[in-house]
Amino acid sequence: MSTTTLPALSPVKDMATARALGRRRKRADALLRWFCLAATALGLIFLASILATLLWRGLGALDWAVFTREFEPTTYGDPDAPRGGLAHAIVGSLIQTALGTLIGTPIGLLVGTYLAEYARGTALGNAVRFVSDVLLSAPSILIGLFVYQSVVLPMGGFSGWAGALALAIIVIPVVVRTTEDMLTLIPNTLREAVVGLGAPRWKMITLVAYRAALPGIVTGVLLAIARITGETAPLLLTSFGNSVLSTDLGRSMASLPIAIYQQANSGFPDLIAIAWAGALIITFGVLAINVVARLVLRARL
Amino acid sequence: MSSTTESRAAAQPAASFGGMQARSSAALNDTVRVAVRNLDFFYGSNKALKGINFDLPDKQVTGMIGPSGCGKSTLLRVLNRMYSLYPGQKAVGEVVMDGKNILDPDVDINELRARVGMVFQKPTPFPMTIYENISFGVKLHERLSKPQMDERVEWALSRAALWGEVKDRLNTSAMGLSGGQQQRLCIARTIAVRPEVILFDEPTSALDPISTLKIEELIDELKRDFTIAIVTHNMQQAARCADQVAFFYLGELIEVAPAAQLFTAPKHQRTQEYITGRFG
Repeated sequence: MSTTTLPALSPVKDMATARALGRRRKRADALLRWFCLAATALGLIFLASILATLLWRGLGALDWAVFTREFEPTTYGDPDAPRGGLAHAIVGSLIQTALGTLIGTPIGLLVGTYLAEYARGTALGNAVRFVSDVLLSAPSILIGLFVYQSVVLPMGGFSGWAGALALAIIVIPVVVRTTEDMLTLIPNTLREAVVGLGAPRWKMITLVAYRAALPGIVTGVLLAIARITGETAPLLLTSFGNSVLSTDLGRSMASLPIAIYQQANSGFPDLIAIAWAGALIITFGVLAINVVARLVLRARL
Repeated sequence: MSSTTESRAAAQPAASFGGMQARSSAALNDTVRVAVRNLDFFYGSNKALKGINFDLPDKQVTGMIGPSGCGKSTLLRVLNRMYSLYPGQKAVGEVVMDGKNILDPDVDINELRARVGMVFQKPTPFPMTIYENISFGVKLHERLSKPQMDERVEWALSRAALWGEVKDRLNTSAMGLSGGQQQRLCIARTIAVRPEVILFDEPTSALDPISTLKIEELIDELKRDFTIAIVTHNMQQAARCADQVAFFYLGELIEVAPAAQLFTAPKHQRTQEYITGRFG
């Protein structure tokens, strides 16, 4: 009685059941695939619709004057009246975006490095990460208000510096997050290999870890640039906007999002057309930055 | 040349680059290069090594075997203080090299790691060119002119049996090499710093049999100039490579003996059972 014999397993399978199960698997597979395709198509339709409208309305209004001329009031359909452009806003956006990125990137990079390399699992590190994540999702108007209170009011007026600072504050948490994520992805064995050669920690980080994480960090910076290029709310309260071309960072400065916002709201068809052209410039500007950076990065690696 | 190089060269007169061949005639002596005394090791409160005492004989290969989790890799990571990267890990006892306990807090850890190099389980090429992978470690400790560096890179790659395969692509990324080539690159990178001791932590467990054979031949070659400790799960590998073998079990050193003796006439029951494959 101690040994129980298992019933012999029949080599002949129940083919009808096997086929039925196979058909069920295939149906489930097809169903999931169609759901995925449908969801993708839905997303693409929105994107394509936005891009198509943008191209349709923007290209119609895009001419050389948009890039060379400053703001002009509406022409009321008068062909002899001077046509306005967005030169002031393009220059202002370039200056403030560049400055915001230049201020925000090093700070974000260092904070991200601190979190990934020095403060892993520490209470302070966790607190910094939490605050940074809160900042990442903070409404940008709050950042505008903060800079308004802390810089604009004490300095006695709107300024390009205040605008760049507000953008920098938006850049920081984006760069912190991507830098930390990318450095955390580097395997510890690589770190040990560098340190095992007798390299001090700072050389391990700057000479090897940054190199290994470079594509990810650059992507993070690009994301940040893309984000601040389109920001309107924080600039409204800091650099305010300007209808003439000014490179003086001590005074109010124009920017594309604000120019679009103001002219699209003006109610005059000629100004609305210029706003469309501005939207097109921002979108393809960001696209161009992404493509160029990726090409440069690929060539370097 | 920097002063650290000179002092190292003085402490180890034959360790210079051209003199390596000559020194090999004095190999296989009884000199102890590293002496481990009453070593305990803790991961937090978990004691992973218990009262370890053993020696790495100069210019010989010491194989370290034992089942997973027995502490052999832990011991290896004490020898270059790799554990100190991680808070909560602590070694108590003595590891004596040239009359100095390397666990003392006043020991320059980077200088120690230049003297005790390490090769890891998985190949870890740096994300740079083949040439830069080799020169990276050298630059940390020495100031060499470009021709001197070229010479050092060629020497290290030749010693690692890789020169012939990569000499025409030194300025391409090291990530493009095969797994076996990457591991030999890591060995070249380690010997380029001219350490006295090289620690191998299961260096072939991620490699195919042909690459494994090449690495084993290389280890045999390298012991003319370097003192070597190798952790391995592969008993045949220990038998093929090692002059002396240490068997670890549950954080204790059960037995250390010349390889032939340990594999043919082990003194302890546990060793006997492990090498005959009764547990592992």
